[in-house]
Amino acid sequence: MTIEELRQEFPSLSASVNGHPLVYLDNAATAMRPRSVIEKWNDIVTNKNSNIYRAVHTTAALATKEVEQARECVRRFIGAESTKEVIFTSGATASLNMLAFCIGEAFIDRGDEVIVSAAEHHANIVPWQMMCRRKEAKLKVLPVNERGELCIDKLQSLITPRTKIISVAHISNVLGIVNPIREIADICHRHGVLLAVDGAQGIVHCSIDVKALDCDFYAFSGHKIYAAPGTGVLYGKETLLNALPPYMGGGEMIANVKWEGTTYAGLPYKFEAGTPNLAGIPTFIPALEMAVAMRCKPVIDNERGVVDYILEEFGKDTGIRIFGNPANREDKIPLFSIAVEGVHHEDLALIMDKMGIALRSGQLCAEPLMDSCGVTGMLRASFAAYNTLEEAQYFIKSLYRAIDMLR
Amino acid sequence: MLSLQEAKSRVLEDFSMYDQWLDKYEYLIELGKNLSPFPEEYKTDDRLIKGCQSRVWLHCEKQDGRLWFSADSDAIITKGIISLLIGVYSGRTPQEIASDDFAFVEELGLRENLSPTRANGLVSMIATIKKTASDEQ
Repeated sequence: MTIEELRQEFPSLSASVNGHPLVYLDNAATAMRPRSVIEKWNDIVTNKNSNIYRAVHTTAALATKEVEQARECVRRFIGAESTKEVIFTSGATASLNMLAFCIGEAFIDRGDEVIVSAAEHHANIVPWQMMCRRKEAKLKVLPVNERGELCIDKLQSLITPRTKIISVAHISNVLGIVNPIREIADICHRHGVLLAVDGAQGIVHCSIDVKALDCDFYAFSGHKIYAAPGTGVLYGKETLLNALPPYMGGGEMIANVKWEGTTYAGLPYKFEAGTPNLAGIPTFIPALEMAVAMRCKPVIDNERGVVDYILEEFGKDTGIRIFGNPANREDKIPLFSIAVEGVHHEDLALIMDKMGIALRSGQLCAEPLMDSCGVTGMLRASFAAYNTLEEAQYFIKSLYRAIDMLR
Repeated sequence: MLSLQEAKSRVLEDFSMYDQWLDKYEYLIELGKNLSPFPEEYKTDDRLIKGCQSRVWLHCEKQDGRLWFSADSDAIITKGIISLLIGVYSGRTPQEIASDDFAFVEELGLRENLSPTRANGLVSMIATIKKTASDEQ
């Protein structure tokens, strides 16, 4: 599949904004959706609209089949052992909140410790902070070095007998560096510590095999990987999920409800209280099919070309500071967060919007990382598989023009 | 000194000279760059306008019954916008400012051309100028 053919599959890429063809570089916030996903959503709400699981009627059975087929697609996509390990949520944030709460209930006592990295999204900080506060546990921080790489060498010394779980991003939404999850998992497991991974960005840019990564939990959103918004997944090893209490009550999560007490359903339904996103979840089927199709040579070559081009261009201007520049360039995804000397990130985003380029500016949901980098915010350009090298060139040209206007 | 109405018309006229929004931004950037220096010691939390994504400070002094505003921001387009506002409202009486409807801001079309967070910032700037005037009445 060529990039041009790929672009044809995404109707929203042909939009115009402010008199320019849209150059959409805010994919780390949310991706565009392919026609197949839009059609799937349309098909469900038009032809198979029904609540799932309980009803005996035919439409309900069709809707249930779609959701369970989506679960199997996700299982295959991430290499999970069983569909029992695939819990549908409303997104990565919901997955991480549920996980932090349940881990707290099951495994955390007063004085225990949780470790997150210095480069986490708020969604992988705040739920752990809330849980630590409730359980009187301690939240510790694994630092990153100047290049934006996790200081893995410091992890061992950070772990104590009280450390129960480490939660890190597979790829930081600010730094765009693939973290060595397998290496971290080995360190964790040597010390009997659990490993949770925030895969919101990782699921898009890496081939995920949860067994090879050996992480205990992996959380991600559907909307960043071309599926419908309001969908997400929490993967967990079956034995661990069985050891966790439910998060919310009601709906499909029960076995029997009596006034004397309730018994819970088995996995994965124990964690899926309430009506699931029955129109959104089936869009995982075409979305993941698209994600697999994107992992072909022309698309990968194009992506590496974008990374090389942008990093080289940024290297030419000493006034541009790039956050997340790993020693091994293979670890960098096409996500670039920068600060430009003497120019405010918001001014750049605003002007470049008028040039047709969608970018993100501000704290990027990572205020502690902004603080440690000594900036009030950054400008972020995040590319997807369907963004071309020409768009990257237009981005650079427009950036320099905007900087000229502002300086 | 121009009357309040004349000052508004002047701004509207200047702004309408530019067809393209990029050119309008360029005009705002120039305004921002030309804004009188704002003393560092005035950059205090109580002078920060709440509700803006970038930091905006507003200082007001009363002389002979009229209000004189000065301002600063770390983002240049925001600085241009506040410059435009205080250019119109500085040197007016508190009554004049407090009773004004600020409708000319709508005519500029600024609000719909800013991101929602920036548009909120604009609303906050206007509200702060109005409140300062009301408090001084």
